[in-house]
Amino acid sequence: MPLKYENIVEMKNITKEFPGVKALTDVDLDVRKGEVHALVGENGAGKSTIIKILMGVYTKTSGQIFIEGEKVDFKSPLQAQRYGLGAVYQDVNLAQHLSVAENFFMGKLPKTKLGFVDYKYMCDETKKVLDSIEVYVNPKSIIKTLSVAQQEMVSIGKILHQKSKIVIFDEPTALLTNDETEQLFRIIKLLKEKDVGILYISHRLEEIFQVCDRVTVLKDGFKVDTLDVNDTNEDDLINMMVGRSVENMYEIERIVPGDIVLGVKNLSSGKTFQDINFNVKKGEIFGMYGLVGSGRTEIVRSIFGADSKESGTITVKGQEVDFKSPKDAINAGIALLPENRKDEGLALILSVSTNINMASIENISSKGIIDNKKGYKVAGDFIDILKTRTPSIHQRVQNLSGGNQQKVVISKWLAKGSDIFIFDEPTVGVDVGAKREIYKIFEELIKQEKAIIVISSYLPEVMGLTDRMLIMHEGKQMAILDKSEFSEEYILKLASGFK
Amino acid sequence: MDKVNENSKEVQKVKFYKSGIKTEMYLLIILAILFIVLALNSPVFLTASSLKTLLRQASIYGIVAIGMVFVITSAGIDLSVGSVVGLSGVLTAIFIMQGLPIPLAIIISIAAGAFIGLINGILIHDGKVPPFIATMGTMTVTRAIIMLITGAKMISGLPKSFTGIAQKTVLGIPFLFVSWIVVVIIAWFITHKTVFGRNIYALGSNKEAARLSGIDVRKTTYGVYIFSAFVCSIAGILLTTRLGNGVPTSGTGYELDAIAASVVGGASLDGGEGSVIGTVLGAMIMATLRQGGTLLGINSFIVEIIIGSLIVVAVLIDKLRKN
Repeated sequence: MPLKYENIVEMKNITKEFPGVKALTDVDLDVRKGEVHALVGENGAGKSTIIKILMGVYTKTSGQIFIEGEKVDFKSPLQAQRYGLGAVYQDVNLAQHLSVAENFFMGKLPKTKLGFVDYKYMCDETKKVLDSIEVYVNPKSIIKTLSVAQQEMVSIGKILHQKSKIVIFDEPTALLTNDETEQLFRIIKLLKEKDVGILYISHRLEEIFQVCDRVTVLKDGFKVDTLDVNDTNEDDLINMMVGRSVENMYEIERIVPGDIVLGVKNLSSGKTFQDINFNVKKGEIFGMYGLVGSGRTEIVRSIFGADSKESGTITVKGQEVDFKSPKDAINAGIALLPENRKDEGLALILSVSTNINMASIENISSKGIIDNKKGYKVAGDFIDILKTRTPSIHQRVQNLSGGNQQKVVISKWLAKGSDIFIFDEPTVGVDVGAKREIYKIFEELIKQEKAIIVISSYLPEVMGLTDRMLIMHEGKQMAILDKSEFSEEYILKLASGFK
Repeated sequence: MDKVNENSKEVQKVKFYKSGIKTEMYLLIILAILFIVLALNSPVFLTASSLKTLLRQASIYGIVAIGMVFVITSAGIDLSVGSVVGLSGVLTAIFIMQGLPIPLAIIISIAAGAFIGLINGILIHDGKVPPFIATMGTMTVTRAIIMLITGAKMISGLPKSFTGIAQKTVLGIPFLFVSWIVVVIIAWFITHKTVFGRNIYALGSNKEAARLSGIDVRKTTYGVYIFSAFVCSIAGILLTTRLGNGVPTSGTGYELDAIAASVVGGASLDGGEGSVIGTVLGAMIMATLRQGGTLLGINSFIVEIIIGSLIVVAVLIDKLRKN
C-alpha cells in the first residue's frame, strides 16, 4: 500500500526578507518519512533561516509549508511542536538542575491520586523511551551531572517522548567524540525505522555520506540542488556550496610584511588545542580558519592572557612573554577584538567616549585623576578618523549599529596604540557597507605597519583579506597556507580534517 | 560600493554636550514640590530647628547611601553596611571609654570597619561568592561580634567633647550635614574624575569587557567595598555622637534605606549606572517625607507606604523613560 503522505514536510517557494537582506529566495525543501535529509551550505547560505521558519521562530515572507499534507503557518515554536516538530541544537536545551525524567515531563508533570507528582510513572515512562533508543541513563540523574553526549541523547529522547514526527539536528556532532558520534548515528537509524523524518545539518561533509539519504545544497539564500547522496560526492558538494565569484569587496592595498612581531611556539591547552606554531609579521594580515569549536578563539584568548595556556612559548617583538592577565598583553601592544562584541567587547550602557578611552585611561589621566576634556577629544578624533556614525560622543554604545559598535572597539585599541590587532569574527552582525569600511580600516592599519590576525568562519572573507592562513581542525593545526595556495576546496577539506 | 561612498561623504557633526533631562532634574523637582507642600501646610517646617533636624537625620544614612551607590554601580550589593555602622560606632565608644584619645579611637574604628569591606571584596572577587550572599554573611557575623564585645549592652558615659560633635554647627549648618557634603564632594570627584571611579562604571556595565580592556577587576572590586565600609564607619561614628552612647543595635536596617536612596537616585541594580547627586536627592526626599509625616501628624505607617511606593514608581518611570 502506498503511503498516503510520503513527504512528511514540504516547504514550497520559501522566501524570507529581513530589512535590507533577502535571506532566502524561492527555496523548496521536502523531507520524507523515515528519511535523513541533509542540509548543507556555507555560513550565511540560509540554513538556519529555513530551519527557524520551519520551527516557527521566524515567519516567512512568502511560500507555503505542508506537514503531512496539511497546510500550516506556524506563529510560534510551541505551535510547531504541537505538529510534531522537534529540534536538537548543539547547545542542548535542557533544565540543567532537574532530573532526566523531570525534563521529559516538563510542563505536564503527572500527578498521583493525592495530587502529588507521580515520580514512579515519570521514571518508568522515561526509561521506556530511553531504552527504545538504547540510551542507558538513569531517569533520576540530574542533567548537569551528565556528559555533553549523554545530554544530547537525552534531548533526543525527550523529543521522541513528545511524539515528534520530524526531528531537526543542528550540528549534532560538533561536541561529540568519535564513539559518541557512532552512538548518535545508531540512534538516528533507530529513528528512521520509526518513520521519523529527519533534517540533518552539519559542516562535516563526511557524516552526510554516513547517515543521510538525500542532501539539499543552499548558497546565498538560493537552493542549488537536491540530490541522492549516492549520486554525489564531497568534491561536488563543496563545489556547489562555494561556486561564487568573490567581488572586489576584499581588495585592499598591501605592503610587504616586515619583521616578525608575534611568535607562537608549541602552544597547547588540554583538549582545546594542541601544538600550535605560527608567527605574524609587521604589516601582515594573518588568517585563522576552522569550523566552530576548532579552537581558534581559544588560541587567541590564551595568547591574550584571557585564558591560561598549558604549555608553549609566546614571543612579542623578539622577547619571550608570559602574560598573566589581559592587562599584561595589552601593555605589550596586543589588542583583542572579541567575536562576541556585546558580551566581551563593549560596555553597552556606557557612552562612546567611555568605551573608546577604556583601555587607555592612563593616557588621559595623571596620578589617577582623569582629564575628561582630553578623553572627549580622543573620542572625537577617532570618531572622525573611522567615520563612526553616532549623534554624540555621549551616546550609549547600545544605540549604535553593529558596524559602528565595531568601530568603537577598534577606536579603543587605536587610542591605546596597540600594534598587534586580533580580530575574532570582525564583521559578524555588520552590514555590507560597513564591512567594506572595516576592511578599509585594515588597510590603514597595515600601512602603519601594525599586524593583524583575522579569525573568520566566512571563507571568502579570510581568503580575500589575508596574506597567510592557519587552518584548524578540532584543536589541531592542519596547515599554514600562503596566499598563492588558497583554494576554497582545499581549505574546506583541511578544515574538515582531510589532508 | 555606492553605499560606502555615500556614507563617507555624509558630513558628520559630533556633539560634545549631553542632551536630555537627567534623573537628577526630576528628583530635584520632586524635592522642591515636597518642600513647598510642607511649608504651606506646616508653620514649623521651614524653621531653623526643624530644618536642622531634617539635615541631621538625612545625613547619616545619606553617607551610607553614597557607599552603597558605588557598590551598586559596580553591579554589586552591600548588605553589611548597617553592621559596619554599628561596629565602628560601638568600637569608638569602647576605645574612648578605655581612655584612648578621641582621634585615635576614631582612626582605629574606621580601620576596623574598612577591614570588613576588604573581606567583602575578597569573598566576592577571589571567592566568587555572589555579593548578596557574601555581604549577608558579613552583616550577620559583624552584628554578632558587636553583641559579643558589648554583651548586648549600651556603652554610656561618653565625654561631652565627643557627644557634642553632633550638635556642632559650621556657619550655622549642622556638622553632620557638612560631613555628608564632604563625603558627597569626594565621591562625586571619584566618580567623575578618577580612573578608579570610571573603572567602577566599566566593571558594572560589563565585567568581561572591562577585564579584556586591561582594567584591574580585583583592585576595583576591593576598592568599591572598602570605600563603602569606610564611609559607613564614618557614619557609625557620627551616629554614636548623635545618640550620645555606643548602641549595639545602631545601624540596623540601614542597608535598605541606602539601597532605596541609590535606586531612587537612578542607580541600576544591573550595574553600570549610578549617580552620587541622584543618591543625595533620593536620600533627601525620603528624609523629607518622614520629617513631613511627623510634622503633619500623619500615621508613620502611611508615610512608609508612600516611601515604598516611591521606590517602585521611581524605578518604573526610569525603565519606561529609557525604553
